[in-house]
Amino acid sequence: MSLDIKKTYKLFIAGAFPRSESGRSYEIRDKKGNFIANPAQASRKDLRDAVLAAKNAHSSWASATAYNRGQILYRIAEIMEGRSEQFVTEIMAMESVSSKQAQVQVRQAIDTWVWYAGWSDKISTIAGSTNPVAGSFFNFTVAEPLGVVGIVAEEKSSLLGVVLGLAPVLAAGNCAVLIASQKRPLSAITLAECLATSDVPAGVVNILTGLSDELTPHLASHMEIDGLDLSGVDSKSAAALRISSVDNLKRVHSFSAEKSPERILSFMEYKTLWHPIGV
Amino acid sequence: MSALNLIDGSETSLRRFLQTLPGVDQIGAQERAAMLGTRSIKTTSKKWAIDMAISMIDLTTLEGADTAGKIRSLCSKALRPDPQDTSVPHVGAVCVYNDMVGIARKHLDSIGGQSIPVAAVATAFPSGRASRKVKLQDTKDAISLGATEIDMVIDRGAFLSGQLGEVFDEIRAIKEICSDKAHLKVILETGELVTLDNVRKASYLAMLAGADFIKTSTGKVTPAATAPVVLVMLEAVRDFFELSQIRIGVKPAGGIRTTKDAIKQLVLVKEIAGAEWLNPELFRIGASALLNDLLMQRMKLSTGRYSSANYVTVD
Amino acid sequence: MSDFEYAPAPESKAIANIKKDYGLYINGKFVASHNKKRFETINPANEEVLAKISLADEVDIDKAVKAARSAYVKVWSKLSGKERAKYLFRIARLLQERSREFAVVETLDNGKPIRETRDIDIPLSAAHFFYHAGWADKLEFAGFGEKPKAHGVVAQIIPWNFPLLMLAWKIAPALATGNTVVLKPAETTPLTALLFAEVCQQADLPPGVVNIITGDGSTGAALVKHPDIDKVAFTGSTEVGKLIARSLAVSNTPVTLELGGKGANIVFEDAPIDQAVEGIINGIFFNQGHVCCAGSRLLLQENIHDEFLNKLQKRMSKIRLGDPLDKNTDIGAINSAAQLAKIHELSSSGQAEGADIWSSPCQIPNKGFWFAPTIFKGVTQAHRIAREEIFGPVLSVLTFRTPQEAIEKANNTPFGLSAGVWTDKGSRILWAGNHLKAGVIWANTFNKFDPASPFGGYKESGWGREGGRHGLGAYLKGAK
Repeated sequence: MSLDIKKTYKLFIAGAFPRSESGRSYEIRDKKGNFIANPAQASRKDLRDAVLAAKNAHSSWASATAYNRGQILYRIAEIMEGRSEQFVTEIMAMESVSSKQAQVQVRQAIDTWVWYAGWSDKISTIAGSTNPVAGSFFNFTVAEPLGVVGIVAEEKSSLLGVVLGLAPVLAAGNCAVLIASQKRPLSAITLAECLATSDVPAGVVNILTGLSDELTPHLASHMEIDGLDLSGVDSKSAAALRISSVDNLKRVHSFSAEKSPERILSFMEYKTLWHPIGV
Repeated sequence: MSALNLIDGSETSLRRFLQTLPGVDQIGAQERAAMLGTRSIKTTSKKWAIDMAISMIDLTTLEGADTAGKIRSLCSKALRPDPQDTSVPHVGAVCVYNDMVGIARKHLDSIGGQSIPVAAVATAFPSGRASRKVKLQDTKDAISLGATEIDMVIDRGAFLSGQLGEVFDEIRAIKEICSDKAHLKVILETGELVTLDNVRKASYLAMLAGADFIKTSTGKVTPAATAPVVLVMLEAVRDFFELSQIRIGVKPAGGIRTTKDAIKQLVLVKEIAGAEWLNPELFRIGASALLNDLLMQRMKLSTGRYSSANYVTVD
Repeated sequence: MSDFEYAPAPESKAIANIKKDYGLYINGKFVASHNKKRFETINPANEEVLAKISLADEVDIDKAVKAARSAYVKVWSKLSGKERAKYLFRIARLLQERSREFAVVETLDNGKPIRETRDIDIPLSAAHFFYHAGWADKLEFAGFGEKPKAHGVVAQIIPWNFPLLMLAWKIAPALATGNTVVLKPAETTPLTALLFAEVCQQADLPPGVVNIITGDGSTGAALVKHPDIDKVAFTGSTEVGKLIARSLAVSNTPVTLELGGKGANIVFEDAPIDQAVEGIINGIFFNQGHVCCAGSRLLLQENIHDEFLNKLQKRMSKIRLGDPLDKNTDIGAINSAAQLAKIHELSSSGQAEGADIWSSPCQIPNKGFWFAPTIFKGVTQAHRIAREEIFGPVLSVLTFRTPQEAIEKANNTPFGLSAGVWTDKGSRILWAGNHLKAGVIWANTFNKFDPASPFGGYKESGWGREGGRHGLGAYLKGAK
């Protein structure tokens, strides 16, 4: 019998996998109390670095064609498909569910990712418009990516929760800083490995694992973050975060629907342009 | 000068002339440049292009750390790019800072490189930010030390703030010093001009003021000699010839590192300006690392094997 | 060598595994045609035979329609949009993987340059499948109701000018919206459609969802007459389009048509001149002028006439005509002897009617079908070459004095597919856009296509739009 090689779960920042600058990690155990892994415990400085990476990646990601972004997102799904088994194993361990249940979640997660990937080059068609103003003017409204979006992943299912947070934000053309579920962080890092081997540029997605209560206040207060998805925060804690986020008027949302273009549009801004029509 | 029949030398007439130039659509220009970049140059045409590119290089060193030793190495390389192969042509010129001109000229003459001109950068290269007096002296020094080509920079601050007459007069003054002793290349620093409309305007301004060559960049700013920029400049010299019957040369500099890059430039010259420009009298390439890549590609063509850095000289 | 002459740079033919002969693709398999009749498809650049192709008759058509119906009822209509999407994504990826092969086969069969098939035709075809894959599971957001329904079995007939791309424009939206398809490629360009059938097999597409039946005009006529077709989509000549529309008028079968054009490319005095020259060249010489939306009429503002034409002619002399497989070729062969004859006929009429002809000096190869890029100067609206679609590399040059006159002349045609506007003035672009009666208007660019951008014509250029959200409507019951 030969020993298997265990994975180290580090953070995902600017396309690389660093440990926390604080050097900390924390224990994940399963329902029975068995040890699973020591994922990195991110600090506010890691979060600061992640936001910087996302900010730097924003202009080239937003100016890629929507078709190109859709292609990249679809390729991520191809790579996720190839890693299904690893996702299943991790989910079984973290959530104490059967293989069949884990497979259902993985299938759902990948299909949801593909659903959002296909919105990349269509969202502006349904969200934009030409507006019939009174006067000899051409007037049109476009939806543009917001910028950097901070996401607190839903706790309910380790992989699906991450997908629901990330996919719509990326389909909109934004960059993301995602805080994984504290209790079930491993799927997020394995997803980061899929991102790292896809064509998504470094810094577009950044993933932190660690203690939610330590990290979320910094996510909410960081003035370089433009939007927040607080779907993974309970309503009591969310209130304090919302108050903090008002300092730079972040666009803050919590969602319940899984597949909805609203999750994309909520992190976009509408811009309307006027131009005279004349000879 | 016949070109000046188009304007009367005043800033107003200069401004008016430049305003009659048609606009450049950025996307259209980029698309045409990109399409020409897909030309596939193989076998005999590739061989011809490599040798032509070598003979068009202004082999350049413009570093604060330049020494007599560095200059002498550069000149030896300029004359004999490949010590193992005498069929390789020598480069078009060497390009150095003006206080190094004497060393370069002396060394070239001592090794049999009398036919290789020494070009000097001048007018407070690369920024162009100094008094007129300093810029004129800069140029005089270079010529007195043996430079027969002057690469001057335009005053971009003056251009961008609309003082076109100032830019024009400065070029005229430098040209007067060059007279018949040196040919004048005018560096537009297209990376700072940013728009293709500005590149077109600055090209015409330089040509009207007496430039023998218009040059894209100092090599100290990116972006430098991108394909759309070179395309617009080639259109300018082509159209200027129609107006004045004078052929002005073009020199892209900066960012041209590989044989592929160089060949793309030659394709642009051929298809935009025309075959008349495909010689070192009318087209030069400002580069340093490019030479070795051309040599390696030349070796691949003759031996069939991909070469390595071990087979070309560092200096 | 005093000039930089490009040595031959041929793309290798080795990748194109063209079989000696092909059957019909029905119900997921290649089968022999009923009457075993065959015809040949040739390479128009050298007249060499490429393969023998089956000629489908009524019996074959009936088989194909039955297969499509069965697949619709038993399999395709029962699949969720999400699953349909997965097949379409697979097809898109397979086209990307086999792109060089498709490009070479398309160039051999059609005669257009490899640079165009490689850089435009094939990538756009893959993009079309990719784009529509993303719609398959989002139809409730497309503006056609909460539960839009497919027609059922769709008959599609496509032309020879962009064989694979026209196939993509037809099949991708049809499948995405839940229909099954019987498609007839053009007689002179069946090969990439047959190769596409292989892709369907590699994608494991359920048998019968796509059926490819090759043949000639009689095949197409029989297909649209079949009683169990729920919808017809046709791209081709206006003449044949009208025949089809008439034949379906009684049964009121939904029809979409994408027909001919005589696009006006309007150049104003303040146009970015060098880019406008490129735009005119692209507008009429891209794809040998075999483009329904070609800018075949240049409407030039009279006060820049000489200067502009001087530049245009100089630029035309640089067009490289020759072996379509050479990567440096700009313009390839005319698709068939028949099309070449048509071009000659109209060109002669132009000369007979007194227009001034000028052709680019090209070396014409001795085999194959070729026509040098040509312009006619001094053309007026009354000339045949200003009214009739030539579908070749022939540009008619007319002039105008004022913007209003330009619009009037541009619109003075039964066609209404495309128009081009060249000016640096934004308000003028929008004003012209408002007044031009054309389904696609390009400002300061030309011949730009994207799966997200709806395409189709006013007036006799056709019915309906392809591409974008609007294009989905053609394939949904009750939608427009």
